[in-house]
Amino acid sequence: MLYREAGQFKTSYSADQAIFPIAQDRWGVLLFLLIAFAVVPFFLTDYMTNAVLMPFLVYAMAALGLNILVGYCGQISLGTGGFMAVGAFTAYKLMAAFPGMDMILVVLLSGTTTAIVGVIFGVPSLRIKGFYLAVATLAAQFFLVWLFNKVGWFYNYSATGQITAPARTALGFVISGPEATPAARYLFCLSMVTVAALAAKNVVRGRFGRNWMAIRDMDIAAELIGVQPLQAKLSAFAMSSFYIGMAGAMFFGVWLGAAEVTEAFGITLSFLILFMVIIGGLGSILGSFLGAAFLVLLPIILKTIMVDGLGVLSVTAKHVEILTMGVLIIFFLIVEPHGLARLWQLTKEKLRLWPFPY
Amino acid sequence: MHFRKLLLGMATAALALPTLASTAQADLIIPSLIYRTGPYAAGGIPWGNGFNDYFAMLNARDGGINGVRVDVRECETAYNTQQGVECYEANKEGALVMTPRSTGITYQLIPRASVDEIPIFTLGYGRTSATDGTTFPWVFNPPVTYWDGASVMINYIAEQVGGFENLAGKKIALVFHNSAYGKEPIRTLESLAETYGFELVQLPVDHPGQEQRATWLQIRRDQPDWVLMYGWGVMNQVAIQEAASIRYPMDHFIGVWWSGSENDVLPAGAGADGYLSATFSAAGTDFPVFAEIMTHVYDAGNGAGERERVGEVIYNRGLLEAVIISEAIRTAMELTGKTDDLTGADMRMGFEHLNITAERLAELGLEGFADPIAVACANHTGSGRAAIQQWDADTGTWSMVTDFIDPDHELIARLIAEDAEAYRTENSITATACN
Repeated sequence: MLYREAGQFKTSYSADQAIFPIAQDRWGVLLFLLIAFAVVPFFLTDYMTNAVLMPFLVYAMAALGLNILVGYCGQISLGTGGFMAVGAFTAYKLMAAFPGMDMILVVLLSGTTTAIVGVIFGVPSLRIKGFYLAVATLAAQFFLVWLFNKVGWFYNYSATGQITAPARTALGFVISGPEATPAARYLFCLSMVTVAALAAKNVVRGRFGRNWMAIRDMDIAAELIGVQPLQAKLSAFAMSSFYIGMAGAMFFGVWLGAAEVTEAFGITLSFLILFMVIIGGLGSILGSFLGAAFLVLLPIILKTIMVDGLGVLSVTAKHVEILTMGVLIIFFLIVEPHGLARLWQLTKEKLRLWPFPY
Repeated sequence: MHFRKLLLGMATAALALPTLASTAQADLIIPSLIYRTGPYAAGGIPWGNGFNDYFAMLNARDGGINGVRVDVRECETAYNTQQGVECYEANKEGALVMTPRSTGITYQLIPRASVDEIPIFTLGYGRTSATDGTTFPWVFNPPVTYWDGASVMINYIAEQVGGFENLAGKKIALVFHNSAYGKEPIRTLESLAETYGFELVQLPVDHPGQEQRATWLQIRRDQPDWVLMYGWGVMNQVAIQEAASIRYPMDHFIGVWWSGSENDVLPAGAGADGYLSATFSAAGTDFPVFAEIMTHVYDAGNGAGERERVGEVIYNRGLLEAVIISEAIRTAMELTGKTDDLTGADMRMGFEHLNITAERLAELGLEGFADPIAVACANHTGSGRAAIQQWDADTGTWSMVTDFIDPDHELIARLIAEDAEAYRTENSITATACN
């Protein structure tokens, strides 16, 4: 009834090719963004920012990046944690060396460095495929973490190998270090993620995205119709790593403010982000956000309900949470193997006919 | 769709609940960030139990501290930094002190705590240079730091070999957890190696430390005269088992205080007999306070853990942590004259004037349990003294084999000044004055 596109005519190609061709979607997203940008910042608490919104935004950024590589180009990667570490350590070196540098630039440059590293580790993808590539990227994960733990230059020879983010600004607002206000940090990450998601959405609909999907669906056929695997695969690695590097920079610089490479960027992080992509929906921008939300918010919600609401011991709550998360992941993968994004799509199809299905 | 609604409902509930919970009572709120799950749960469980039991005893026996009940709020971190941050944010409202219980989480909280004005208390772990109270006004790390520990162990070795001059040419291996925690002693040991002319062999072990074949093969080949260990969790027991299997002399193998509990030595059985570890609290239940805990907590059925495990090394350390916090609260109450509405700033004052003398320990039923602890504004650690304890596999007990040993104060002070200076430059802050 409410969600019906009857009467919405498209009179130009650009209208037909819009990201949200249906007016309700368009207004819905704009309203959502308006609330996120203009309303939420006034109601932020430290807890909401540090425990809920920042992890959501940072992981959404990382999931976006990994989705480009795994979901759109079909190249399995287990090196996400290592690539985030590249982003984080680049950000740290830049923040320490150039105190006046704007954080936007820091994050972009961290992404760029990671893109270069990602391309280097993406080269084997031209010869090896599938699980074998997963193992090759696993090597990247372990190598990068080892490197940042071993070579003192990366952590400025601090006694413990911990890196700590000093206070730095973006457009004049302090967004890192303990003095940064929750609103400034939230808006910074939100802006970065919004722009990144918009860019990703457009890239995957364009020539690059089509090349990636052709490679994903059948690489030999793609080659026959003129897609260059070298260009397609390496560009996917570059763009994916660029996003993951930005996520790493925000993870360290804006969200946590301190990191230890072995603890923060281990293999579990790689798996976590891969799960976000799979649960959210492979090959879907919305899926990256849904997957990140699912894996970030659900444990916190479960914990809050059990510990604060029902007065369960925190350790019992943790056990139940681990169990519930596992069960829910299996449940969703059985009910909807294509992820939460597909579930949303089906919901929309049903909504079109609601309340009078044929 | 139903699920979505459910989620929405749950989310609303989740947002509403913390506000309900934080409607403050007049209790003394002490969040306890602990890990009873995850890779280091074996260490976290007795630690949390000792901590909870002492406060439970105070509440049951005296109705709290000076009549104000203590509300220990446990939050599960699983030794994970991000969950630690979540716990911190969820529990900082009205909190008197934070106990991160992980070096990684401590580093996260150090900058936040000074803004939120909540003291961080790291008992024998965390950032060593926090000893410099002028740079880290909100962080307290009594009674001893990792650097003190490394120095104490070298001093013990020197005593065993008949003086510092005999250290020259000796080979000392350091087996360490390859993380911020394990790397802590390296700089101290390097300086000491330079001074005394012994050779330091560094052998990192990656998290979680189950695989140490290569490490111990190297030890068998290199034949170091002494082996020091900075490990935690499963790494400890694997190392002790491996050492036993290559027949490394156990009385030349010294762990830091986190590498010397029952969990670590029991799996190696008789092979672990004679293993040494540094410590700053006694093991066992031969202190009057344990009778009080039994009467008021365990007999009432309120014990946090199993009765038989009271008195284990890490349990006792959790208890000492609780003792230090409760004494800091008493000090803060005395200084401010307040009883119920203490703040983080009052608590910081309490820590800065903390003085637990030997007499006070005896009053608390803990005579000889620990070295007297005296903290000051400029020195957040105190004496930095630690003792060496030894495991007897036959009786299954830890016993101290030395008195409390002084570290090389001059060297440690110099290293701390350097590190604090580096921290100040990196974060562009200035040292606060102490008066």
